[in-house]
Amino acid sequence: MFKIVEKRILNDSMTLMAVEAPYIAKKAKAGQFIILRVNEFGERIPLTVADYDREKGTVTIIYQKVGKTTLMLDQLNEGDAILDFIGPLGKATELEGYKNVAVVGGGAGCAIAYPQAKALHGMGAKVDMIAGFRSKDIIILEEEMKAVSDRLIITTDDGSNGNKGFVTDALRKCIEEGAKYDLVIAIGPLVMMRAICNLTKEYNIKTLISMNPIMIDGTGMCGGCRLTVGGKTKFACVDGPDFDGHEVDFDEAIKRSKTYFDLEKEATREYNCRLMEGAKNA
Amino acid sequence: MPNMSPVKTPMPEQEPNVRNKNFEEVALGYTDEMAAEEAKRCLNCKNKPCVSGCPVGVRIPEFIQRVAEGDMEGAYQIIKTTNSLPAVCGRVCPQESQCEQKCVRGIKGEPVGIGRLERYVADWHMKHGAPEKFDVKPNGHKVAVIGAGPAGLTCAGDLAAMGYSVTVYEALHTAGGVLMYGIPQFRLPKEIVQKEIDALKEKGVKIETDMVMGKVLSVDELFEMGFEAVFIGTGAGLPNFMNIPGEGLIGTYSANEFLTRVNLMKAYLDEYDTPIIRPKNVAVVGGGNVAMDAARTAKRLGAENVYIIYRRAEEQMPARKEEIHHAKEEGIIFKLLCNPVAIHGDDDGRVKAIECVEMELGEPDASGRRRPIAKEGSNFEIPVDSVVMAIGNSPNPLIRSTTEGLEANSHGCIVVDDATMATTREGVYAAGDAVSGAATVILAMGGGKEAARSIDEYIQSKHSK
Ligand SMILES: Cc1cc2nc3c(=O)[nH]c(=O)nc-3n(C[C@H](O)[C@H](O)[C@H](O)COP(=O)(O)OP(=O)(O)OC[C@H]3O[C@@H](n4cnc5c(N)ncnc54)[C@H](O)[C@@H]3O)c2cc1C
Ligand code: SF4
Ligand code: FES
Repeated sequence: MFKIVEKRILNDSMTLMAVEAPYIAKKAKAGQFIILRVNEFGERIPLTVADYDREKGTVTIIYQKVGKTTLMLDQLNEGDAILDFIGPLGKATELEGYKNVAVVGGGAGCAIAYPQAKALHGMGAKVDMIAGFRSKDIIILEEEMKAVSDRLIITTDDGSNGNKGFVTDALRKCIEEGAKYDLVIAIGPLVMMRAICNLTKEYNIKTLISMNPIMIDGTGMCGGCRLTVGGKTKFACVDGPDFDGHEVDFDEAIKRSKTYFDLEKEATREYNCRLMEGAKNA
Repeated sequence: MPNMSPVKTPMPEQEPNVRNKNFEEVALGYTDEMAAEEAKRCLNCKNKPCVSGCPVGVRIPEFIQRVAEGDMEGAYQIIKTTNSLPAVCGRVCPQESQCEQKCVRGIKGEPVGIGRLERYVADWHMKHGAPEKFDVKPNGHKVAVIGAGPAGLTCAGDLAAMGYSVTVYEALHTAGGVLMYGIPQFRLPKEIVQKEIDALKEKGVKIETDMVMGKVLSVDELFEMGFEAVFIGTGAGLPNFMNIPGEGLIGTYSANEFLTRVNLMKAYLDEYDTPIIRPKNVAVVGGGNVAMDAARTAKRLGAENVYIIYRRAEEQMPARKEEIHHAKEEGIIFKLLCNPVAIHGDDDGRVKAIECVEMELGEPDASGRRRPIAKEGSNFEIPVDSVVMAIGNSPNPLIRSTTEGLEANSHGCIVVDDATMATTREGVYAAGDAVSGAATVILAMGGGKEAARSIDEYIQSKHSK
């Protein structure tokens, strides 16, 4: 069992948790992930390591309440425990040697993009951070992102923060205005990462993306997390989760991500009903 | 007087058309009377040919005599001296190519049902046997075991019995290896595996799950933590794909994923959240136990048509005879001498058909089996909504890529000294599928036993210097 030592609500749909997992905290690096299972009947889901504290032995995760598992996780509070918490999995992002980087985050992806920006900033690289959200009231980690970037651009789909547009627009503008990036890191929904990769291909800028497909074991055993990269089959859990975005077969990955779409929608709907019932009876 | 019946006493089974809709065990086991009758078929041969066919040398005629005399506990104790998992082996060992193949009764009829009797004795013990008393003096030495499959569990059990303090590190959330995540409930009930694991814990073996070794702790760190030897029993868990077009389509599974969702993650039970596609028409590619298990599982999930697609002929199928027989009884359709060339999908990227080519057998290849050759222009399609690839597994590179001085061969199998199971790294031993590539439970167990003996020798000799 893994104890939750901190729970912080970031916005309506996103929450941060610090979990006691000393072995993992000792080893974790930016770009790696954990797999958790809330209880005996739950699914195993991967979540990126958002931060860690080697001294305190804690690992921080940020989740978006999108399905039954994350809703179940959200029922837990400080002091409660998660049944299984496994990691650190996957390869750490290789950030050595880059001097001028654009880190692009989309929605919840900002939570994963932030530690990358922080690591790069710590290594002395110049970092432009571009973060996209649907609207102003769900912006997360603004102060944190500002602290680790030379320039922070936040866009909103609805323009409610005064900067309407998509992250691709912002990135294109930076490049057009003369930014000479030697690397772009894009983390967010698949369609957003694909759009960024299409853009950076035009300018021939190396682009790393972080894939988060359906997983079970996270050790290379099931092959469920496979994707096609440069025409070859790769397992995201052991060969990734970072890949060269210009090589990834996005069409396939987007389709595969919908494998259990209907089943999951139904499970989430049922679970939400039960939560409501519970609230009514309480 | 021996029972001279030329055929084995039949074992009661669930009706094929009933069992292919549930996950209960297929074979129900002998009653006391059936066991006594079958035991009397054994001639108690002096030269014991059957024993030479058993990879761990179970004292077969001796235990069978006890059964004939009605001394079940005695029979159990005899089996236990060389086989730590009899309830498992009695169910899943390929007896027809091991002990029973050598049995003299097999010359003029069917061999003695050694596997069935082994199972009977083990089940009897689980029901009636007194809990094992366990008091060994701890010897003060610590050994770490990586992987809680049959190899690791056997090694751990033997070392604990010698007084070692043993910690088993397992990557998944449940111990048991393939016995838990691969072999289905209807062939090997998980309760039986769990009992064996609980018995090990009783012996003082510590089992730490959720520990992906090589990631969370390295072999070097284990030594730093005071373990004097490390055993690697990480199995062969890396699924192979065919590298044909369409393997990324929705509905294409590796057998590992398909079986793990059902067995470990219990997708067949409503109270579990695990999603799985419940296909109507399924193609399972391969001819081993894994393929049979996947096909029979798909049937139980409600599939109407389940095809086994295998590129050679039935005689060459590596699966246990009994599994092939059971699969056919349950209505699995065998497409032999066929090889998939592509999987086709619809616009949403879901599987809609598998394209195969007919094969014929040519000259024998390196394995001695006649090599299948594609018949040009014989392509045909089978409409399916799911494809399960069961064409083999390779060892996982996680440990060897993070452990210096640990050699592996070109297949990724860890290199060991055949007699001692010692790897190329001092104090590190390995056995099971991680060494042999995908093989059998009994070989993994045998290797784990051998390694335990060597580890004991290694540690004792280190301290007597
Ligand atoms: C579907 C299926 C059906 C089969 N049917 C039969 C049968 O009928 N009869 C038969 O004799 N054999 C059968 N086999 C083969 C048999 O199960 C294996 O040969 C046997 O389990 C091998 O044992 P093992 O201990 O070497 O490895 P495994 O059983 O594979 O166990 C290895 C364990 O190590 C763990 N592990 C791996 N990497 C790490 C790591 N880095 N850190 C920590 N833990 C790790 C794994 O999670 C696993 O629990 C079957 C196999 C499958 C897949
Ligand atoms: S070979 Fe057959 S008949 Fe002879 S001892 Fe073994 S089991 Fe009994
Ligand atoms: S999650 Fe199973 S192989 Fe990657």
